Amino acid sequence: MANITREQVQHLAHLARLELTEEETAHYTDQLSAIVEAVEHVSEVAADDIPPTSHPVPMTNVFREDVARPGLDRADVQAGAPSWEDDRFRVPRILDED
Amino acid sequence: MSASAIERMKFDDALAAFEPVLGLETHVELGTASKMFCSCSAEFGGEPNTHVCPVCLGLPGSMPVVNASAIESTIRMGLSLNCSIASWCRFARKNYFYPDMPKDYQVSQYDEPLCVDGYLDVVVATDDGPREFRVEIERVHMEEDTGKLTHAGGDTGRIHGADYSLVDYNRAGIPLIEIVTKPIVGAGELAPLVARAYVTELRDLMRALGVSDVRMDQGSLRCDVNVSLAPSGEPWGTRSETKNVNSLRSVERAVRFEIERQAAVLSGGGRVVQETRHFHEDTGETTSGRSKEHAEEYRYFPEPDLVPVAPTSDWVEELRGTLPEVPSVRRARLQAVWNISDLEMQTLVNAEALDLVESTIDHGVDQAAARKWWTGEFTRIANEQGIALTDLPVTAAHIARVEELIADGSLTDKLARQVFEGVIAGEGDVDAVVQARGLVVVGDDSTLLAAIEQALADQPDVAEKIQGGKVQAAGAIVGAVMKATKGQADAAKVRTLLLEHLGVDG
Repeated sequence: MANITREQVQHLAHLARLELTEEETAHYTDQLSAIVEAVEHVSEVAADDIPPTSHPVPMTNVFREDVARPGLDRADVQAGAPSWEDDRFRVPRILDED
Repeated sequence: MSASAIERMKFDDALAAFEPVLGLETHVELGTASKMFCSCSAEFGGEPNTHVCPVCLGLPGSMPVVNASAIESTIRMGLSLNCSIASWCRFARKNYFYPDMPKDYQVSQYDEPLCVDGYLDVVVATDDGPREFRVEIERVHMEEDTGKLTHAGGDTGRIHGADYSLVDYNRAGIPLIEIVTKPIVGAGELAPLVARAYVTELRDLMRALGVSDVRMDQGSLRCDVNVSLAPSGEPWGTRSETKNVNSLRSVERAVRFEIERQAAVLSGGGRVVQETRHFHEDTGETTSGRSKEHAEEYRYFPEPDLVPVAPTSDWVEELRGTLPEVPSVRRARLQAVWNISDLEMQTLVNAEALDLVESTIDHGVDQAAARKWWTGEFTRIANEQGIALTDLPVTAAHIARVEELIADGSLTDKLARQVFEGVIAGEGDVDAVVQARGLVVVGDDSTLLAAIEQALADQPDVAEKIQGGKVQAAGAIVGAVMKATKGQADAAKVRTLLLEHLGVDG
């Protein structure tokens, strides 16, 4: 089994702003180890002459003309906002975590 | 903020002990009609959250599409900075949690920038004349700008102490180009000037390309200033990164301050912390922001929703054909055409008056007069009002009209200044101000002669002196006549009339 540690899972959880219990941490440590192990099989079959694939379709240069069009009505924007004030999205205070 | 407790070493002492190394990261917001990855308007400002759509709000299922014009602008920028253009490159996701991006990532470029390995030559004025520096460019890459946060609650309007924040996403997704220099070494005591000259030259280049309005005051040109000091015998020191320095003068001041601060830290036996710092316009100081001890982990990966960009060499060459005259070449050309000295040219450049003077000359105004107005009177007024020269409501056409009136003798220089004062105060165009303020040269000889006779009668001793051959005494009479005509006479003409009247040779 791939060697994913509890510390790595906790670190990832922090980066993703997820709060995990001890139980959840252990659970995800096992799961992530299994996933990484499964992905590692790919490198067994990928030869040096096969470049990593980021896009499954061999396309390039998909562009759009630079023309401005109206976006959403602000009422619709507001309707999707969890909290709204003064025509802006209201979000919790930001720098508490430092 | 209380009085500074930040220790500094004198600039010259700092330079004697350490070698400054600079790095500049400049962000340019492109002046495209639409955003980088969606068709929302990219116009500056607008009512909050009115230039937004599912793509730039990061709504599930929305898909970005690249703005062709933004790619073209970036390639042109790269070419004008003497960069190589990648034949194939990808966008990347930069993952971070901060409400300025609703997607929780910013689309950027990571290890595959569109343009690499260029340079920009800049000139700084030194005591020994102009000196040229080559600033090498590491990369030019594309990304999207972020939303604008307003920190509310608390009492300072700053992020610390705020209870919550409000977000406007109009700016989120506007094409943003980042230009990163290689380390700039060897500038020594000229480092602050080189930094300023680089940003100035870059700004002028972008303006000449027409890709951005490059307004530092509006944030369409922003600069992060990295400074480190290499202790003698060592190639590098630890750098600080001063964020969002938003005027040319501040770029110079921020570099200078960081050199002085870091020199004091190092010579006191301390170590420079690698951190983000903030520049304060009012004090000219930088203060510590977030420490980079815990380096951000952005977990970049190729953006799966955007296919790679692969400019063909034909396309790149076609764009190369659209490059304008490089500002430094243009300056050399104008200097030759106008036949002015290095110093006179430098004065124009420093006053940011080059475009204005050129357009004034195009309106038929003599080059010396055009330069005199813009670098003298108008620069003084703009400084007084704390605005840019270009924001003064004076136009080339105004100057051309005033110069016409001076040439035909109906205005003196002094009166002309009053006319411009009126124009700037919004009293109308040149002729309207002349009319409303009654600004005309008192030119008719009989009026002037009457004033001369009155002045001579008031000062009989002066009259005697002049007649006795002391022609320089005429100044007192001319002064009195100017006063009597409220300055609206031509002093040279008064003098001529006076001497004629007394039968004395000038």
